[in-house]
Amino acid sequence: MSPEVIVFYLFALITVGSAGVVVLARSLIYNAFALLFTFFGVAGLYVLLGADFLAATQLLVYVGGILVLLLFGVMLTHKLYDLELRSEVTQFLPGLIIATGVFWMFCYPGIAAPSLWPANWPWWFGRPGLIFRTSWATGAGRVPAPTAKEIGKLFMGDYLLPFEAASVLLLVALMGAAMIVRRKKDA
Amino acid sequence: MITLQHYLVVSAALFAFGLLGVLTRRNAVNVLMGVELILNSANINLVAFSRYGAGNLQGQLFAVFVIVIAAAEVAVALAIILTLYRLRRTPNLDEANILRG
Repeated sequence: MSPEVIVFYLFALITVGSAGVVVLARSLIYNAFALLFTFFGVAGLYVLLGADFLAATQLLVYVGGILVLLLFGVMLTHKLYDLELRSEVTQFLPGLIIATGVFWMFCYPGIAAPSLWPANWPWWFGRPGLIFRTSWATGAGRVPAPTAKEIGKLFMGDYLLPFEAASVLLLVALMGAAMIVRRKKDA
Repeated sequence: MITLQHYLVVSAALFAFGLLGVLTRRNAVNVLMGVELILNSANINLVAFSRYGAGNLQGQLFAVFVIVIAAAEVAVALAIILTLYRLRRTPNLDEANILRG
């Protein structure tokens, strides 16, 4: 096993395992802190994929911004004397069936490598999942090693209009959020 | 050897967990966490395709835009949740059943 494989499985385990805690744990604080580890794991996967700028952005925006915002949301929507911040679960079984079905549809043989599949795949075995059935166009080239410079060039060049639109979107979201939560009396 | 399919499986697992969170939680903040998981799984897909597919940076660029939109979405959604809490004294989504402000 090469180090890349070990590191990949480590980050994948962190990501998926803490995502399970986010969804299945009852305490809202546990959910929020498990989300922290999910974001860290995803940032690690970005590093493995050679996306260094994106990994830094993930840490800054998700861990530094969105997670803190979510914790604010948890704290502001409960009374201060609520000692245990519990989240109720509704219609768990249908949700579990749908989520498992979607996962099944995507990666049915899942763990097994294509070489381990039965040779002539009997009909009752089902068809391989979408991920394994599709022949992806891979292996054209590698992305440049430090990506920040190239991403900056693309933002200032080919993608200038979406970049400006995103900045306007952020301004509008900022003003809209402030408008929505403002108390009517202060106006 | 890590292939594209490895990343796609991780992303599908993240998506399934996010879907489960969105479908089964009553607390609005928890639903928002599920949405974040789904957005992250989409981002993993974009970056993996960027690395293994065309080999250019377009996928990473799209991922940056997804992060921007996720930040804006969380801000507005939390504002709505706070307003709902002020109105109904509860963060539970199934009690937001009136249209009148």
